[in-house]
Amino acid sequence: MTIDTIPPGIILIAVGLLLPLVSGVVRGALVLLAPLTVLAMVWAVPDGPVLTLSFLGLDITPLQGDNLSRLFAIIFSIMAFGGGLYALNQSRVVELSAAFVYAGSAIGVVLAGDLITVLIFWEVMAVGSTVVVWAAGTELASKSAQRYLMVHLLGGVVLMAGVIFHVSETGTAAFVAMQPDSLGTWLILVGFLVNAGAPPLSAWLPDAYPEGSYSGTVFLSAFTTKAAVYVLLRGFPGAEILIFVGLYMVFYGIIYALLENDMRRILAYSIVNQVGFMVTGIGIGTEMALNGAAAHAFAHIIYKALLLMSAGAVLYMTGKRKCTDLGGLFRTMPLTMICGVIGALAISAFPWTSGFVTKSMINQAAADQHLVWAWFLLVAASAGVFLHAGIKFPWFVFFQKDSGLRPPEPPWNMRAAMILFAAICIGLGVYPAPLYAILPYPVDYAPYTAAHVLNMLQLLLFAGLAFFVMLPLMKRTLTISLDWDWLYRRLGSWIVDAVGQAITGTDRIFRYGCLRIVRHGLSWVRLHSGPEGALARTRSVGGMVPWVIGLLGISLILNFL
Amino acid sequence: MSDDSATDRNLHWLVRPATIRFLWFGGCAILAVLVLADFLVRGHPYFGLDGTFGFYAWYGFATCGAMVILAKGLGVFLKRRDTYYDD
Repeated sequence: MTIDTIPPGIILIAVGLLLPLVSGVVRGALVLLAPLTVLAMVWAVPDGPVLTLSFLGLDITPLQGDNLSRLFAIIFSIMAFGGGLYALNQSRVVELSAAFVYAGSAIGVVLAGDLITVLIFWEVMAVGSTVVVWAAGTELASKSAQRYLMVHLLGGVVLMAGVIFHVSETGTAAFVAMQPDSLGTWLILVGFLVNAGAPPLSAWLPDAYPEGSYSGTVFLSAFTTKAAVYVLLRGFPGAEILIFVGLYMVFYGIIYALLENDMRRILAYSIVNQVGFMVTGIGIGTEMALNGAAAHAFAHIIYKALLLMSAGAVLYMTGKRKCTDLGGLFRTMPLTMICGVIGALAISAFPWTSGFVTKSMINQAAADQHLVWAWFLLVAASAGVFLHAGIKFPWFVFFQKDSGLRPPEPPWNMRAAMILFAAICIGLGVYPAPLYAILPYPVDYAPYTAAHVLNMLQLLLFAGLAFFVMLPLMKRTLTISLDWDWLYRRLGSWIVDAVGQAITGTDRIFRYGCLRIVRHGLSWVRLHSGPEGALARTRSVGGMVPWVIGLLGISLILNFL
Repeated sequence: MSDDSATDRNLHWLVRPATIRFLWFGGCAILAVLVLADFLVRGHPYFGLDGTFGFYAWYGFATCGAMVILAKGLGVFLKRRDTYYDD
C-alpha cells in the first residue's frame, strides 16, 4: 500500500483525531494545510479502482476515481479548508476535530467504489456531525444532537439492511447505478434520502443545524446533504420518484423559511430547498440534468457556507440569532453584510453569480424533457428562493429596523474565509468554464444569453417587488413552525407517557390486588392463630380433661369395632 | 421642518426617507425597463405560456405572492410559541 492508495478521507480523519493533541501554531497550521494536502491528493486520484481489498468474501474498493467522485471530493476539501479558516478562533477543539472527521468521512463516501465502504464512512459521518452539533455546548444543542443522531442511526440501519439485501441478491457490493425495483434497492434509496433531508424525515436538519456553534453550523451545512446528493447521483440517476421528492423539498423549504424567525434556521430550511433542486435534477436524469445537479451541489456548498459564515459572524459578535432581535447591522458590519448579500444573490441564481450558471442547467433539462409542470414549478421555486433566502435573510439581519446593535466586524480569520468564498461565488458566476470542465459529462450549455439573463432578472426583481409589497404580511413573530418532527417530539412522547401510565396503572392495580389477598390471608391466620385466635388461646388444665376423656373414649370405641 | 432635517442628518444616509424614496423610484424604473426590454430580446419559449409578454415578471410576482399567502395561511395551523418544545 503506497501513499497513492490511501483514501484521502482517511488522512483528514487522522488529522482530525490528532488536533486535540496539539495546540497553538501547530494546530492552526494543521487545520489549514491538511485540507489543502487532501485537495491535492483528491485532484490526483486517477479514473478507475485504485485500492481493492477483500472483505467477508466480497471485493471492496475503498478508493476509486471518476469525474463525479473527484468533483465532490474537491469541493469537500475546499469546504474543509474554508470552514477550518473560519473556525480558526474556535476555542472548542473538539468541534474542529469532529468537523475534520466529518469532512474526511464525507470525502471517503464520495471516493468509495463499493456500498460497504460507503456504509462505513456514512456511519462515521453521522457520528462526526453529531459531535459537531453537540460541541456547541448548550443544552438545546445537546438535546437536538440526540434527536439528530437517532434519525441518522435509523437511516444508517435502513441503509445497512438495504446493502445486505442487495449484496445477497446480486452477489456484488459494487456501487453502480441502480433502479428502485427490489427490496434492497428501495431500502438503500430510503437510507440515502434520510440524509438528503427528504420528507417525511426532513425536520432533523432545521432542528439540529441551527443549534451548532457559530462555526459548527458552517461545516454542518456542507457534507451530509451533499454526500446524499452524490450517492443519489451515483446510485439512482433518472429514478422518476426523485422528481416528486425534490419538488416537495423545494417548496417545503420555501414555505417554512418564510415562516421562520431564527436567521440560521431560515438558512437551514433553504438547504432543504436547494437540495430539492438537485434531487429533482437527479430524477430527470439526462446528462444536462445530472451535470446541473452536480454543479449546483458544488456551487451550493460555497454560497451556503458563505451565508452561514455571515450569519455566524453576526451570532458571534452579537450573541443573537432571531430576526426579531436583529436589524440595521449594515452600519457597523459592512463587510459581513456584503459577503452575506453575495451569498444571497448566488443562492438566488442572480446573473454573474455561481447559482446562475448551475441551477439553470436543471431548469433547462426540465424544459428539454418537456416536463411542463416540473418546469413551471422550478421557475416559481427559483423566484421563491430569492424571496425566502435572497432577500429575507439579508433584509431582516442587516437592514429592516435599527435594533440599536453596533457590533464590530468579526476577527480576521472569519473575514478572510468570507472574502474567499464570496470571491468563489462571483468567480464561478463570471467564469464558469473551470467548473464546467470538471463536471461528470461534457457540457453543451451557454448560460449567458441575453434572453436568459433578462428572464432571470425579471423573475428575481419582481420576486423582490413582491417581497417589499407584502412586507407587512411577513412581520417576524416569536414562533417556530410545527413539522413532521412533532410526531416524535410530541405525539411520540405522549404515546410513551400514555403507555407508561397504562403500565404503571395496571401494575398498581395488580400489586394492590395481590397485597389485599396477602393481607386477607394474614388477618385470617391472625384471627385463628393469633394471640386471641381460637387455636392459640391459653386453656386451663381442668378445661382440657373432658376433651382428653372424650378422645380416649372415641379411640376405645374404635378399637372395639 | 428644520427638526426633520436635523433628525435626517443623524440618520445613516441609507435609511433617510429621501434615500428610501429614491430607491423605490429607481427600483420601479429598473423593473419597467426590464419588462420593456421584452420587446427587444427574443427568447425561445418552451411551452407557449412562457412566451407571453413579460412572462417572467408577472409569473415571478404572482407565484411569490401566492407563496407568501400560502405560508401565511399554513402559519395559522403550524406556528407555535418558540418555547413550544422547551417545556
